[in-house]
Amino acid sequence: MEYFLQQLINGLTLGAIYGLIAIGYTMVYGIIGMINFAHGEIYMIGAFIAVISFIVLGAAGITWVPIMLLLVLIISMVFTSIYGWTIERLAYRPLRGSFRLAPLISAIGMSIFLQNYVQLVQGARVKPMPPMIQGGFTVMERADGFAVSISYLQIIIILLTTALMAGFTLLITRTELGRAQRACEQDKTMAGLLGVNVDRTISLTFVLGAALAAVAGVMVTLYYGVIDFFIGFLAGVKAFTAAVLGGIGSLPGAMLGGLLIGLIEAFWSAYFSIEYKDVATFTILVLVLIFRPTGLLGKPEIEKV
Amino acid sequence: MTALASQQSGRPGLDLPAMLKEAGVTALIALALTFPLVGLRTVDVGSRLTVSPRFTEVAIAVALVFIGRIGLILTREKQALPVLVVSLGVAAAAWFLPFPSAALKVIAIAGALIIAIRAAITARSDRSTLSQQERDRAMDRLGARVQDAAVWIGPIAILFAIVLPFMPFANRSVVDIGILILTYIMLGWGLNIVVGLAGLLDLGYVAFYAVGAYSYALLAHYFDFSFWLCLPLAGLLAATSGVILGFPVLRLRGDYFAIVTLGFGEIIRIVLLNWGVFTGGPNGISGIPRPSFFGIADFERRPPEGEIAFHQLFGIAFDPMHRIIFLYYLILALALCVNLFTMRIRKLPVGRAWEALREDDIACTSLGINRTNIKLAAFAIAAMFGGFAGSFFATRQGFISPESFTFIESAIILAIVVLGGMGSQIGVVVAALIIIGLPEAFRELAEYRMLAFGMGMVLIMVWRPRGLLAHRDPTILLHPKRSARQQQADSEAGE
Repeated sequence: MEYFLQQLINGLTLGAIYGLIAIGYTMVYGIIGMINFAHGEIYMIGAFIAVISFIVLGAAGITWVPIMLLLVLIISMVFTSIYGWTIERLAYRPLRGSFRLAPLISAIGMSIFLQNYVQLVQGARVKPMPPMIQGGFTVMERADGFAVSISYLQIIIILLTTALMAGFTLLITRTELGRAQRACEQDKTMAGLLGVNVDRTISLTFVLGAALAAVAGVMVTLYYGVIDFFIGFLAGVKAFTAAVLGGIGSLPGAMLGGLLIGLIEAFWSAYFSIEYKDVATFTILVLVLIFRPTGLLGKPEIEKV
Repeated sequence: MTALASQQSGRPGLDLPAMLKEAGVTALIALALTFPLVGLRTVDVGSRLTVSPRFTEVAIAVALVFIGRIGLILTREKQALPVLVVSLGVAAAAWFLPFPSAALKVIAIAGALIIAIRAAITARSDRSTLSQQERDRAMDRLGARVQDAAVWIGPIAILFAIVLPFMPFANRSVVDIGILILTYIMLGWGLNIVVGLAGLLDLGYVAFYAVGAYSYALLAHYFDFSFWLCLPLAGLLAATSGVILGFPVLRLRGDYFAIVTLGFGEIIRIVLLNWGVFTGGPNGISGIPRPSFFGIADFERRPPEGEIAFHQLFGIAFDPMHRIIFLYYLILALALCVNLFTMRIRKLPVGRAWEALREDDIACTSLGINRTNIKLAAFAIAAMFGGFAGSFFATRQGFISPESFTFIESAIILAIVVLGGMGSQIGVVVAALIIIGLPEAFRELAEYRMLAFGMGMVLIMVWRPRGLLAHRDPTILLHPKRSARQQQADSEAGE
């Protein structure tokens, strides 16, 4: 029971991170119907910028953790968003209206490019980060000394994710931008005719997705303490699985899917084998796509000639 | 806005502030992109991580972007000729100027050349770029011409490939590169069946390559099977795995299918990595037996008692090159088999069904084509060829490990198919020569290989989504004498 509870906490933390990345996939898929394969790389770039800005801020003498964390979040979100915007502008926009697989192939190329770019400019070695936020609560303790603990960092991650997701839901449901986005999702031509700037809306979608991925990157840097240029690939595929599991195109679905994938991974590692945890994720992806292609909360898609 | 201003002034005047603003914004974005990642490099100092600044690189990169953007604006504003001259001059100057890193030099030269090309096009046609349609038509024409030329280019290329090992310049490394390129050509042709003909984007083709390689390695390791027995077995096992994997996923739509195949590729790699007792785990399998000369003779200097070696059989002096050349011909023969098979099967009902499925899924179903079975056939056949190539890879290397079968390998094979033009057999050859051959020729730039490769994929997609030499002629025509291409040419002439 205690062991289970501990895995639940770990799984929720992991799931929160996956959920943040999954939103980027689901939004882009919803609006232009492509799998943004380079989104995992965006998250990786967010993590790298986080590490760099932690070091720079530390050197500049800003060491009070809350301020530091806030600044790192903002810096990482801003710079990563610019990456998201540029990628859309250069690699995807010219391909709008091209045949279906072209943007996906372009995205794969972009993903390879970004991975190697970061490897070249930042080196191939793993980047360690000293733990920034330490300590935590002991929730309960078993007679034999096994303690269920939740660290402050885990609390921060879960709270911040919840806040971001709430804010994001508001943004999509209540603001003009959200309305424009939902309109483009339904019918781009019509939305354009009615005065929605379609190109700008799509760009902003990429910017928002990249900003959320950057937050996930900052979290992962803090949580695991090491990053390298290759973390984007697996995280990307897992977040995509989360988006598919929740129903691609659906925002609550992405959050739910992210949490589920995080939990599955944590429990699988805890009770079965840690080596095969990635196989578990991929198997879920395959099973969901075969038996419920619309995901848990997705709408069925009608195929038209 | 700027165009309007220049029209009003009556001469090709330039709106300098607007131009500077546009270029400045671009430069600012370039600054934001490069400043944290390029400008601040993280380095280990002792056990701690610090950053070392590299602002010169950033400054040069931003300056290059600024100048490049101004060049593009000037081209757009009908100043093509000066831009052409200047950009060619810049490219030449960049060749000799010292740059802090080779990457910047390449960017400067390539950027200047691209602007020069655009300026040249503008100078000729009075427009800065060709429209997508014109570009497509021009490239289609080229593709069709290459396709016609393939009638005589093909045999010449094959002849060249056959005599290559006996050319005076063919030393060991040349033949080795030849083997490598041919392996990728074979893989490309195999994947072309799935991607080019059936129109399914398979991101996990390397899984079948791995199945083939491990089939041979494990059969040889545990049962002492020979290569010639294992080759068909490996193909069979790979095809079986193709059917098993393909059956559940072939109902999925395009991009879902792509991701699921990627997942399968990763699953196979992770299983190979972690099933240590059976597959050797991350250490892989070494000491895989080399192929014999069709089971008759080995390529050994001193064969075991009672057996005869290749050089003894033919009464020539021992030379380690014999084995390499034999491997070369082996992969050449395998690759040509794949090609011949594809060329023939395209004309069969199943091949025509693939191409029809690629063009329109739903229309095919309504005409009574069983989608799943037809796709499954493509998947299984391609998997079989991947398996053949895999077992060849195992016997050539003598050592395999899961490291050889990562996603990037799938991406390279896919890039060969996509770059060459989906469905074009000769395109695969051209693309394999470019993607595999060029980096071998420029060894000193090896670390930029994957970078250029990713960028190439994006550029090709943006520039010509169907690939360089793609052609969409029907394989079979009702009136073969009057081909569709001629008809199209006639109708264009009539317009």
